Amino acid sequence: MTARTDKIDELAQRAAESDAGVSLAAAAWRRLRRNPVFLVGAGIVVLFVVLAILSPLLAAHDPADPMLGDQVVRARNEIPPPQPGHPLGGDQVGRDLLSRLLVGAQQTLLVGVLATLIGLAGGLVLGTLAGALSGWVDTVVMRAVDVMLSIPGLLLAVSIGALFAQPNQYTVILAVAIVQIPVFARLLRGSMLAQRHSDHVLAARALGVRQRAIVFRHMLPNSLGPVIVQATLVLAIAIIEAAGLSFLGLGNPDDRLPEWGQMLGQAQNVIDSHPQLAFWPAGCIIVVALGFTLVGESLREALDPKSRR
Amino acid sequence: MLRYTVRRLLQLVFVVLALSLLLFAWLRSLPGGPVSALLGERITPESRARLTAELGLDQPIFVQYFKFLGRAASGDFGVSTGVQPGDSAAAIFVQRFPATLELSVLAIVIAIAVGIPLGYLAARRRGGLLDNLSVVGSLIGVAVPVFFLAFVLKQVFAVELGWFPTTGRQEGGLDATRVTGFFVLDGLITREFDAAWDAVKHLILPAIALSSIPFSVIVRITRASVLDVLDEDFVRTAESKGLTTQVITRRHVLRNSMLPVVTTIGLQTGALLAGAVLTEKVFAFPGIGQALAIGFERRDYPVLLLLILSAAGVFVLVNLAVDLSYAVIDPRIRTGSGGGR
Repeated sequence: MTARTDKIDELAQRAAESDAGVSLAAAAWRRLRRNPVFLVGAGIVVLFVVLAILSPLLAAHDPADPMLGDQVVRARNEIPPPQPGHPLGGDQVGRDLLSRLLVGAQQTLLVGVLATLIGLAGGLVLGTLAGALSGWVDTVVMRAVDVMLSIPGLLLAVSIGALFAQPNQYTVILAVAIVQIPVFARLLRGSMLAQRHSDHVLAARALGVRQRAIVFRHMLPNSLGPVIVQATLVLAIAIIEAAGLSFLGLGNPDDRLPEWGQMLGQAQNVIDSHPQLAFWPAGCIIVVALGFTLVGESLREALDPKSRR
Repeated sequence: MLRYTVRRLLQLVFVVLALSLLLFAWLRSLPGGPVSALLGERITPESRARLTAELGLDQPIFVQYFKFLGRAASGDFGVSTGVQPGDSAAAIFVQRFPATLELSVLAIVIAIAVGIPLGYLAARRRGGLLDNLSVVGSLIGVAVPVFFLAFVLKQVFAVELGWFPTTGRQEGGLDATRVTGFFVLDGLITREFDAAWDAVKHLILPAIALSSIPFSVIVRITRASVLDVLDEDFVRTAESKGLTTQVITRRHVLRNSMLPVVTTIGLQTGALLAGAVLTEKVFAFPGIGQALAIGFERRDYPVLLLLILSAAGVFVLVNLAVDLSYAVIDPRIRTGSGGGR
C-alpha cells in the first residue's frame, strides 16, 4: 500500500492504544501486560505460590523425618548425597532436602504474607488517623513513627525479636511486621495530605459529604496505589529479614515445619563442608525476593502517571 | 539555616530521649536477663538475688531509668555483662566504633564510586546491554541476603583462593602501634605500611558484602534520576547550543540529578549498621555490629542500649546532614524559615 494509508493505519492503531478515557488501573494493567519485567516477576511469584499451595501433595517425604539419618556420620562430616528417591539428598540430620524446600516454600510465603498484612493493617490505621484527623493526633502519631524510623529496619526487627522468651514462627512474623508499620503509615499519610486540598475532595466537601465518607470513599481509595506497590516490595523485604533473624539466632527454633531462612540459618554451621545445604534455601529466597521486587517495581512504573507515554 | 539546624538538633535530642526510655523498658523486659546470662548453669536462688541487687535490677523500673539517665549524662552507660564482661559499655563503644566506621566508609565509598558512574552510563545508553545488566544486577543485589553474600565471598576469596584473610581486623603477629583506633590510619601515621595494608585486606570482603544493598539502590536511583533530567528542556537547549557532552554532563545533567541520589546515600549510610550486624558476624569482625549480635545472644543490656541509641543518633544526624546539603546542591531550596514564603 501507499505510505499514506500506512500512516493512517498507524495513527488509528495509536489512537486505539492511547489511554484516553481509561481508568488508571486499566491503563496500568495495559502497560503491565506488555512489560517483560512484570511478566518475569509475576511468573516467579505464581510458580512459587502454586508450589507452596501444592507442597503437601508434591513433597514426597515428611520434612521432619530423619529417614536418611543412618547416612549421617558427624565425626566424618558426612551428609546423605543425592540418591534415588531423594534428588537433592538429605540435610545435616538426614531429612529429605527437596521435601523440606517444598514445605519451606509454604512456610516462607506465609511469613512474608502475614508480616506484610500486619504491617499494612497497622500502617493503614495509623496513617489514616494521621492523614484524616491532622492536629495533635497527626503530631503524636508522626513523632512515634519518626522515632521508630530512626532505628535501621533490621536492627529494630532484631530488637523486637529479642523481646520474646521463646522465639517461634509468630514472634518472627511480628518482629518483621512491626518494622513495616511506620513505613506504611508515613506513605499513607503523605498521600492523604496531598489530597486534602485536591479538587475532588473539595467538591465532595462542598456537596456536604460527611467527613467519614470523604476519608473512606474518596481519600483512602486514591491513596492505595503507592501502598500496594510498597506492600509488594515489603513481601521481599520480610522474607529476607526473617532469614536475617534466623541467622542471628532469633528465628523459629522448631524446624519440623521448615522455613528457608531457618534452613539457611541452620546450614551456617556446616557451610564450609556442605555448601549445598545453604545454596538451595538461599537460592529460593533470592529468586522469590527477586520475583516480588520485579512485580513491585513494574507496578510502581505502571501506576506512575509520569511514565505514561 | 542556623535556626533550622538548631530546631532539628533539638528534635534529635527528643528522639534519642524517647528512644532511650523505650529501649530501657524494652530491654529490661527481655526474657532471661543478664543475671541468668552471667551465672549460666551454676545459678542458685541466693546467687541470683545477690547479683540482681548488685546490678540494681530489683528496683522499680523508673528508678532504674532515672539513675541510668543521670549516669549516662556523665558518660557512664554501665558495665558489659556479656560482650566483654567487666568492660564498661562506653569503652566497648569507643574501642569498636572505629572498626565499624572504617568498614562503613569503605562500603559506602565502593557503593558510590561504582554505583553512580554505572547508573549514569546505564541511563545514557538506555536499553543497551550495560543498562539491562545494571538494572538486573541492582534488583538481584537487594534480593540477596547480606549474610549469605558475605558467606559466599568468604568461602570463595578467603577460604578457597586465599586472597584475603577470613576473619578479624588485623593479624595479631604484626604488633602494630595503636594511635587513633583506626587501624588503617594508624598504619599510615606510624609508617607501618604492612600493618595498614593488612588492615585494608581485612576490610575488603566485608565491605563488599556490606555495600551490596546501598550499591544496588544507588545504581537504580542514579539511573532513574539521570533519565528524568535527560528528558528536560534545558538539556536539549544545552545540546542545541553546541555545548560539549562533557560540559552538559557535568554542569547540567549530573548536578541536577544528584538531589535524589544524595538523599539515598544518606538513608543508606544511616542504615548500614543493620547490615554490619550480619556482615561482622560472618567475618568475626570486632566492630559495633558484632557487639550487637553477641549482645542480643547474651542479653547484655548496657551494651545494647548504648549501641542502639548511638545507631539511631548517627542515623538521624546523617539525615540532618543530607537535608542541609540540599541547600548546597540546589540553591532553589531554602531550608526552613526565611526565604520568600
